[in-house]
Amino acid sequence: MSRKPQTKVAAEKPSKTVKQTPPKARMVTVYIMGKRHVVPEHATIMRAIEYSGQQIIRGAGCREGFCGACGTIYRLPGDYKIHSGLACTTLVQEGMSLTQIPAVPMEKAIYDIEKLSPDVDTIKRLYPVVFRCVACNTCTKSCPQGIQVMDYIQAAKRGDVASIMDISFDCVACGLCALRCPAEIVQHKVGVLGRRLYGRYLAKESKELDARIKQVQGGEYDDEYASMMGMDKTSLSKMYYERDIEP
Amino acid sequence: MYPDYLAGLLKEVDRTRPKRLELAKSGNPVYPPMNAEERKDVLSKYHPDYSKGALQKIRVGPNKGQELTTEITELLEAHSMVEPRLMDIHLREPDYETDLLIIGGGGAGCWAAITAMQNGVNSMLVTKLRLGDSNSMMSEGGMQAAVAPQDSPTRHYLDALGGGHFENNPELVRILTQDGPEVVKELERLGVIWDKMPDGSMQVLHGGGTSRKRMVSCRDYIGAIITRTLMDEVHNHPDKIQVREFEPAVELVLDDKGRCAGAILYSLDSEQFLTVKAKATIITTGGFGRLHIRGFATTNHYGATGDGLVMAYRAGAKLAFMDSVQYHPTGAVFPEQIAGFLITEKIRGAGGQPLNKNGDLFVFPREPRDIESAAIIRECSPDRNMGIETYAGRTGVWLDSPLIDMIHGEGYTKHQFPGMCRQFNRFGIDITKQPMLIYPSLHYQNGGVEINGRCETNIPGLFVAGEASGGVHGRNRLMGNSVLDYNVFGRRAGRYASEYAKTVTVGKLSLDHVTKHVKELKKEGIETDLVSPMILPSYTPEDVKTQQLARLGSAPARHSMLRSRISPGDKKAAE
Repeated sequence: MSRKPQTKVAAEKPSKTVKQTPPKARMVTVYIMGKRHVVPEHATIMRAIEYSGQQIIRGAGCREGFCGACGTIYRLPGDYKIHSGLACTTLVQEGMSLTQIPAVPMEKAIYDIEKLSPDVDTIKRLYPVVFRCVACNTCTKSCPQGIQVMDYIQAAKRGDVASIMDISFDCVACGLCALRCPAEIVQHKVGVLGRRLYGRYLAKESKELDARIKQVQGGEYDDEYASMMGMDKTSLSKMYYERDIEP
Repeated sequence: MYPDYLAGLLKEVDRTRPKRLELAKSGNPVYPPMNAEERKDVLSKYHPDYSKGALQKIRVGPNKGQELTTEITELLEAHSMVEPRLMDIHLREPDYETDLLIIGGGGAGCWAAITAMQNGVNSMLVTKLRLGDSNSMMSEGGMQAAVAPQDSPTRHYLDALGGGHFENNPELVRILTQDGPEVVKELERLGVIWDKMPDGSMQVLHGGGTSRKRMVSCRDYIGAIITRTLMDEVHNHPDKIQVREFEPAVELVLDDKGRCAGAILYSLDSEQFLTVKAKATIITTGGFGRLHIRGFATTNHYGATGDGLVMAYRAGAKLAFMDSVQYHPTGAVFPEQIAGFLITEKIRGAGGQPLNKNGDLFVFPREPRDIESAAIIRECSPDRNMGIETYAGRTGVWLDSPLIDMIHGEGYTKHQFPGMCRQFNRFGIDITKQPMLIYPSLHYQNGGVEINGRCETNIPGLFVAGEASGGVHGRNRLMGNSVLDYNVFGRRAGRYASEYAKTVTVGKLSLDHVTKHVKELKKEGIETDLVSPMILPSYTPEDVKTQQLARLGSAPARHSMLRSRISPGDKKAAE
């Protein structure tokens, strides 16, 4: 650590109304890929890495917990466990030793969604590896989203596509489950497959939607469009402010 | 957990809630919506677009003489990363050849690749980070589509035009609203899971500026569900869609007839410049939130630095509505670690209300975004001083989320907003019991490269779709219309660009437009240390940045990624 601790947090730009009087930040020591750095205690792992002067290329994406680019594993002092989290939403702790895992090697099954059936046969054919699951629950423990990963893998073994969809819905595909799985399952890929199967084959179709598409294709709105597109701004504005609003 | 000093203010929210709940349940507006004059007034006084220094006249290129958002003008008046003279040999012997080049791997880019493939044209999709790393992935609340029986595409049209202050390109709005229902169906066919009623009909909710409930959704992960479905589909066709990650495009390439004929990529791994020769090119690079316009925090993706605008502009494409920026009314202000993060508008669609420090409503909760944002800024401004301050010195207003379960029944919030619950649970705040603290956050690029209904620009062979394009939303986009935009126009861009690609023979490749840009900068006497596109913002502390600058003069150090100067907006605003 060559740099003096600063009071200024390497935060993203503050909003304009901010009065620049942040409290003096307390600092903690972390080990980023083995190297010691002193960073503000309120920093997320992502901001700590940036505070250390690094430009992240792999290992940062949406920065808000949706994209799964910033999977990170870490250990804490006096604790034998390997913990995992998303760098964008996990706070640093004193003595944390961390490494980002921006990509997990794996093979995705290639398929034609039109030629599948939403059942266990599809799972067997595309991801036979799920049947290696020993129900150790390591995947669930490693999930930064708190998803019951093992439960949807068990559902996959039963061909229960609706449960795969429901349980894996919030998956951000960081791949940490697949990385930790002793049975070498690619959980999040099974999740995507399960969700697509549900949407394509099991979701109840909307009759209203089909009717509306027919109306549009039949040109039912063409005259109204033409008349509105021919209106000047004043008459459009009048129409807009006078329109009724559904409660 | 909220700090102790906010306990009193939280009590105010609880105190006013029963009355507000009663009114919300009555079906009457919970607060009077603004009329045209009131809208104009609050915008001109409080919207950041109208603040001093927000706009700057551009001195080069197709929009020369027009006032654009200051940060954009600076980026467009910057140096290219590429020295055309040194690229000659690579233009003669391109590294890659493809029928269709798609720049940007978000929702629009994926759709373009899929529809081009359906049309018999193979493509190469190049992207800055990974496939799917985009703002598309991050949308939470929903997509507008006129699917409900009491609604119609033409009503959607009127709502979108009114939200955009009647400046949108009517042709584009018609396409947007007309294609909506079909896009819903098409996405379901690919495997998107829509929120539905027990009978299979679509669940619809209100969004800001909608006159009918029109927001279809996937809990609060619509972007993740749609984008991951599209990505999975792209990955199912490796023989027809070649994906190149961590290789952003930094300049377009034209041919001797002035048609777009590919691009120069910059490999983030090897720092090589690679030439792609293509019959047609689609830009789907998204928006510019990471430019932190006016110093605002942003809801946007790490890579949202407006690269597509820069490339297209240098090649001679016209921009539209680039004087207008969208601030999402509800970005988080507390806790500090998630400052700027998006709080979905679906919260207000489901009945959430913005409240000042007295626990009172001060604006109709579902005004169009620019109006709602300006009203929140007004409430927090010294003129009213009704905001709530955080210990980090930010100011915001409450967003009363506990109201939602009271309106819809217990468990509704947990099921409809798993993402929001998770985001706040991490910091010990249960949004079903306590409100959130919010302030507007830089969210969307309203304008962009001017397109027509076929996604064509004024440069033959160059197509643009999604947030990078301009005209669909005028100067203000409504909630849910961007998800619709990238789906509708991404699909169309793939279709029309592949049609075009089938008819073209590319001529001699050229970067003369870059040489011309250099001359123009010189002629106008523009001196700048900026290099664009920016590619990635830098969040390195200032002292580190300063010491990095010692490398200035060597080729990589000219690269803005190492030193992205993202403070000019701040400085100007402070003057």
